[in-house]
Amino acid sequence: MTATADGLATRRVASPHLRALESESIHILREVAGQFDKPVILFSAGKDSVLVLHLARKAFHPAPLPFSLLHVDTGHNFPEVLAFRDRVVAEGGLRLAVAKVQDWIDDGRLSERPDGTRNPLQTVPLVDTIVAEKYDAVIGGARRDEERARAKERIFSLRDAFGGWDPRKQRPELWGLYNGKHAPGEHVRVFPLSNWTELDVWNYIEAEGIDLPEIYYAHQREVFSRNGMWLTPGEWGGPAKGETLQRRWVRYRTVGDMSCTGAVDSQATDVQAVIEEIIATRITERGATRADDKLGEAAMEDRKREGYF
Amino acid sequence: MSTVVNDSAAVTEVVGAGAAGVDTASEAHELAQELSHARGLLRFATAGSVDDGKSTLVGRLLHDSKSVLSDQLDAVERTSQARGLETVDLSLLVDGLRAEREQGITIDVAYRYFATPTRTFILADTPGHVQYTRNTVTGASTADLVVILTDARTGVVAQTRRHAAVAALLGVPHLLLAVNKIDLVDYDQGVFDAIAGEFSAYAKGLGIHEITSIPISALNGDNVVTRSERIDWYDGPSVLEHLETVDLAADTDEALRFPVQYVIRPRSDELPDYRGYAGRVGAGTVRPGDEVVVLPSGRRSTVTGIDTADGPRPSATKGDSVTLLLSDDVDLSRGDLIAGVQDAPTPVVEFTATVTQLADKPLKPGARTLLRYGATSTRALVTSLDHLLDIDSLTYGPAPESLALNDIAQVTIRTADAVPVEAYRPGGAVGSLLIIDPADGTTLAAGMVGDRLAALHPETTTPAAPAAETEEDWLS
Repeated sequence: MTATADGLATRRVASPHLRALESESIHILREVAGQFDKPVILFSAGKDSVLVLHLARKAFHPAPLPFSLLHVDTGHNFPEVLAFRDRVVAEGGLRLAVAKVQDWIDDGRLSERPDGTRNPLQTVPLVDTIVAEKYDAVIGGARRDEERARAKERIFSLRDAFGGWDPRKQRPELWGLYNGKHAPGEHVRVFPLSNWTELDVWNYIEAEGIDLPEIYYAHQREVFSRNGMWLTPGEWGGPAKGETLQRRWVRYRTVGDMSCTGAVDSQATDVQAVIEEIIATRITERGATRADDKLGEAAMEDRKREGYF
Repeated sequence: MSTVVNDSAAVTEVVGAGAAGVDTASEAHELAQELSHARGLLRFATAGSVDDGKSTLVGRLLHDSKSVLSDQLDAVERTSQARGLETVDLSLLVDGLRAEREQGITIDVAYRYFATPTRTFILADTPGHVQYTRNTVTGASTADLVVILTDARTGVVAQTRRHAAVAALLGVPHLLLAVNKIDLVDYDQGVFDAIAGEFSAYAKGLGIHEITSIPISALNGDNVVTRSERIDWYDGPSVLEHLETVDLAADTDEALRFPVQYVIRPRSDELPDYRGYAGRVGAGTVRPGDEVVVLPSGRRSTVTGIDTADGPRPSATKGDSVTLLLSDDVDLSRGDLIAGVQDAPTPVVEFTATVTQLADKPLKPGARTLLRYGATSTRALVTSLDHLLDIDSLTYGPAPESLALNDIAQVTIRTADAVPVEAYRPGGAVGSLLIIDPADGTTLAAGMVGDRLAALHPETTTPAAPAAETEEDWLS
């Protein structure tokens, strides 16, 4: 792999299927630039948002990225991930805004949940920031294969002034025609990775030589068990009494709030090993690692209606 | 038939989105290697009447191809038990929204992903209710193939013909009729042959390129992924085998169509004069040195380079997102079309289209709308609603007073700016359009340029459209 002047990795090899997905995503991102005044990419430094950023930079090469980045920081993020985020922003000369959940808690607009989980608290800072900054397109890395309510999500998804998602108001999307027209106060969430699967994402990361936060690869870590997941101790509150720490080889399949993002046992220390592990796995990404999706059968649908990503 | 389909052992080893059934890492690695040799992507849609067992078929396809993971299956088993069902209801795998689960119906297109060693699949699972025909149109719009479900006990019904007709209007090249619940007619070959014969005759009349019928039982898994031993009189492929092997021959000798989405101008110290035209090739192939015409202006230019973030390319073909560099500093912006000089379309301000009404709000003659065509957006009037299409008889009726949700009609559209429209081509990269409400942005209707019914029946002559009304205020 070699790198071009602006730091983009060049393609080593990719299947026709990955090339088709890449072209579709680039087409979507160029539509965003063509149809909206102030788009923003939601950037958590998780692998899907890293991939969206990579595709967006490819879409507008050799010009600078016409989008800024926004991170909703729960205050419980992995330090390795925040360091990676800041390095990507600095090296790419990108513009990043951070909405801190802690600020909303400090001035009383939000209150801490009894269980200490802050993932559900991201919605209010996200929607407040969208309104304050007048973002009209908010680009995210969600995929339709993640969860069954997301299987029905549009690529251009209309949200009302409160960020809410009404499945019955979504516009049919035919051919490659994406309709970004919206009334004042509304905005559109855009999902360029809609048609990618977890395996596609990893195969593409390998083919393009894309850097990720190191916690995606197997490493030794002090963890404790809660609700069938390996959690990392930290300021957010864990471990509680009766929960004991142990050192294990683990990696993260998703990256989110430390209080509810679990690690999986893994020996996969590089991207090829991760791909092999995913092919052999029997549990979906969210089922393995996200406590907040286990809340109920319609948990994701309810959170989307409230404006969650 | 058996010579063209795959060995069934290979077919059932699926390496899809979180596939299972692979024992060792090395086996997984071999499958990953095989995937890199995949024959690319098949986009297909499913359609059927209520109770034909479509969700069960899709659930069975995902389950038997090992694309369903253990936690998803656990959830479905728990729900089945909670409802007092004796067997696991696989349709629960694919009913996504709570309203759907509560009402036991499907209200929206859902997309599913799976892969086998030979191909990857994107499935648009569309509802079968009459009132949700707009979703069938949506799901079929990009489909290479449509699977239509029918119940062996009832055979070809009005809804079956409607789904076939919608697929034909959209130019879908392949149809697969899955004759479901064959177990409930005692696996009777005579019943299947009669249904397959009737459907094939109807679909051929619609000009469908290729039609296949397969007897299945989605509930029992007969002929869904693996071939059924209970149906020994049938020697064709299973549904999945057919999906894996159906031939997707691309039309390679079309003229270039390249809608410009965005103009890339870095204006940096290193690249002060760089000006590239970003877009996705809609048809044909482009190479440096090609002479092109820019529409609607009609100016000619020459392609000097095809740029990507991975470096320059010697050519780009249909579906590729690239950036074109031209020899002249032509005035070009989003919405313009770069076309091959041969057979380039002529920009017009009035044309006919076959549209499907997608919104609850009715569309009336004289409606002031926005037209979306390729990357172009312009003000437009739907000057007249010329003929309502009767999807059952496939004939044009009289001019309707307004279009209601799910109506298909031939209409006349006038635009403020000249648009280089041309007849719709399957897949919609050329000749597809949206009609948008300028007030709130609602997609009112989706359309195909030209008379799609006449395209199905070349012998039919279309009645002339009435003269356009004058609504100059909106267009000027």
